Amino acid sequence: MDALLIQLLNGLDKGGAYALIALGLTLTFGTLGVVNFAHGALFMLGAFCSVLFKQVLTISKKVKDESITFFDAYKEQPYLEIWWGDTGAMIIDYAVPISIIMVIPVMLLIGVALERGLIKHFYKRTHAEQILVTFGLAIVLQEVIKMFFGANPIPMPAPDIVSGSAAIGAALGLSDNLVYPWWRLIYLVFAGVIIFSVFAFLRYTTFGMVVRAGMADRETVGLLGINIQKRFTIVFGLATVVAGIAGAMYTPILPPDYHMGMDFLVLSFVVVVVGGMGSLEGAVAAGFLLGMLQSFASLNEVKAIFPGIDQIIIYLVAVVILLVRPRGLMGREGVMEE
Amino acid sequence: MIKSILEKFSLEKNSSVMLVFAAVVLSAPIWLTPFGANYPDLLQKFAIFGIFAIGFNILFGLTGYLSFGHAVFLGVGSYTAVWVFKLFTMNVLPAVMLSVAIAAVFALLIGYISLRRSGIYFSILTLALAQMSYNLAYSVLTPITSGETGLQLSSEDPRYIDSLLGAGVQEGLPATNFFGMSMSGYSGFYFCAIFLILAFYISLKIFRSPYGLKLIAIKSNQKRMLYTGFNTRPYLLSAFVISGMFAGLAGGLMAATDPLAGAERMQWTASGEVVLMTILGGSGTLIGPLLGVGVIKYFENIFSALNETSLREIFNFLPDVVADFLVSITHVFVGEGWHLTLGILFMLVVIFLPGGIMQGVGIFTRYYKKKMTELKSERSVEKGKSQ
Repeated sequence: MDALLIQLLNGLDKGGAYALIALGLTLTFGTLGVVNFAHGALFMLGAFCSVLFKQVLTISKKVKDESITFFDAYKEQPYLEIWWGDTGAMIIDYAVPISIIMVIPVMLLIGVALERGLIKHFYKRTHAEQILVTFGLAIVLQEVIKMFFGANPIPMPAPDIVSGSAAIGAALGLSDNLVYPWWRLIYLVFAGVIIFSVFAFLRYTTFGMVVRAGMADRETVGLLGINIQKRFTIVFGLATVVAGIAGAMYTPILPPDYHMGMDFLVLSFVVVVVGGMGSLEGAVAAGFLLGMLQSFASLNEVKAIFPGIDQIIIYLVAVVILLVRPRGLMGREGVMEE
Repeated sequence: MIKSILEKFSLEKNSSVMLVFAAVVLSAPIWLTPFGANYPDLLQKFAIFGIFAIGFNILFGLTGYLSFGHAVFLGVGSYTAVWVFKLFTMNVLPAVMLSVAIAAVFALLIGYISLRRSGIYFSILTLALAQMSYNLAYSVLTPITSGETGLQLSSEDPRYIDSLLGAGVQEGLPATNFFGMSMSGYSGFYFCAIFLILAFYISLKIFRSPYGLKLIAIKSNQKRMLYTGFNTRPYLLSAFVISGMFAGLAGGLMAATDPLAGAERMQWTASGEVVLMTILGGSGTLIGPLLGVGVIKYFENIFSALNETSLREIFNFLPDVVADFLVSITHVFVGEGWHLTLGILFMLVVIFLPGGIMQGVGIFTRYYKKKMTELKSERSVEKGKSQ
């Protein structure tokens, strides 16, 4: 029972990350009709924005270590601590959540610049060429990050107060052994909030309404005198922001390294395809579904029956769904068909 | 007289193309010397990746189906070859033949599944299947692939055929050979080169046959093809299997020249590499993929060997300030940063020259011919005036 509950949480957690990435990816499909192989790299860029933010906060100066009296010892002390004392230390401790404030504008800027500078020229080209150019872009972004931050994963601890585990079992009246990392729970809630707000934005604002209308019938919206292109550019920026903050908040779970984007890219494409191209609800549902499937497949009981199933379950499901339901779970007619 | 001989040797004819190609490939150690690329290892790489890219080009260049999982067949070929070395004999011929056969079986399986869809869905299906094979090779199939360490020869291997033929027990690990000919160094390169020439011949035959035309027709408009009454599936599947066999051959040769195999050869980024090579050279052309392989492998060899000190030597003749400036800029793009250069180059090619190097060559020759005819007509006009 405990194991099942833990796997349920694990699945929701993984699903949240998959859903967040797939959401941005499918926004790009649905609006611009562009297959973006660099989306994983944008996830990685978000994570490294957070790393950069932390590095800036912890710019330090050598000061004499007063606690050691036998000899002259020096230690690095961040300027923030020197200036503001405990408040500064707290800001550094909360670097990951606070970095969101920086990640949003930076990623929006990157997204809009990318769309105007590169993606714009590929609307009329074939999907194969879109894949190729964004694949090249992903390589470039990843190598640039490697150049500045090195090849090793960079640890990004969560704030002290939530670095431990939550005693879920005790709270629910189950066994006391049932604990789950706080930060993962926070990530789950955070993913839910972001997904909810993206949907709310598209559903309840005029801007969102226009975008949805554009996704359904771009030409008619254009004929009504609305500059749909401009709105789609902003939507691309939005997708970039979603990928970026998903990456930034993921850093305490997985120390970021330069190729994390490529690792997530294949998975997120699979999620999008399973959900149905251009269907936002489908992407979210498929994200959680595949996350769950993966975590339940890694139960020892399941692995005993089908060895290695946890490694391939996602791809297996994707292949079956693509062959049986060509449009994915919730794909609409006419979006991205051959 | 000379004209008639030239006409006989026109590039329209398969035999003359093959003659020129074979001469160029076999003399590679000579004409690559001035470029500083005359190492057996590098030459072998040229030939092996050339076969891989030629095979990929038969699928992508002709039918337009972009597969992101071709490295699987390369990996399968390598594993097969190493297993043949372990179980039967160190002679490379059976290993290479068997790796082609096994790769064909895999290609048939993966092709049958993924060719049910086209466009981006095909790409993602191949990607998913490839990633599946990679994950399996890393985890459950460890008894066959020996997982992270990679499959290697060991002194306890049975090698039934070799021991039957009474090859005496030697010190250390036996080396791969082709009826006694060593597979390292230049003889290894010539062994691969023969296969490269063979592969090129097959690809030439396919390009210039009704079968190849049908593949091109699928690329330009599959629907119309279907309406005319062609069932395109067998054509696509056969093209997929052929290109998978080429990849298997490349994998087998890779293991023949260096008998080990690892799962990282199957990763999807490895498939991305062959895509890069083919596009860079020019997909859908005969020579393009080979040019792409040559350019990428050559510059990889040169660029990744450079570092700050060697750059300083290169820019030594310049004044110090300028040299420092140049070194600080260029050292970003060499050594570790070679992949950055490759990524930028690839993006530029896809953006500005979707036909790759071959398109660039085409533009240049057309421009040159136009200039020449203009010059000729000007001259004839001048002649007319003077008379």
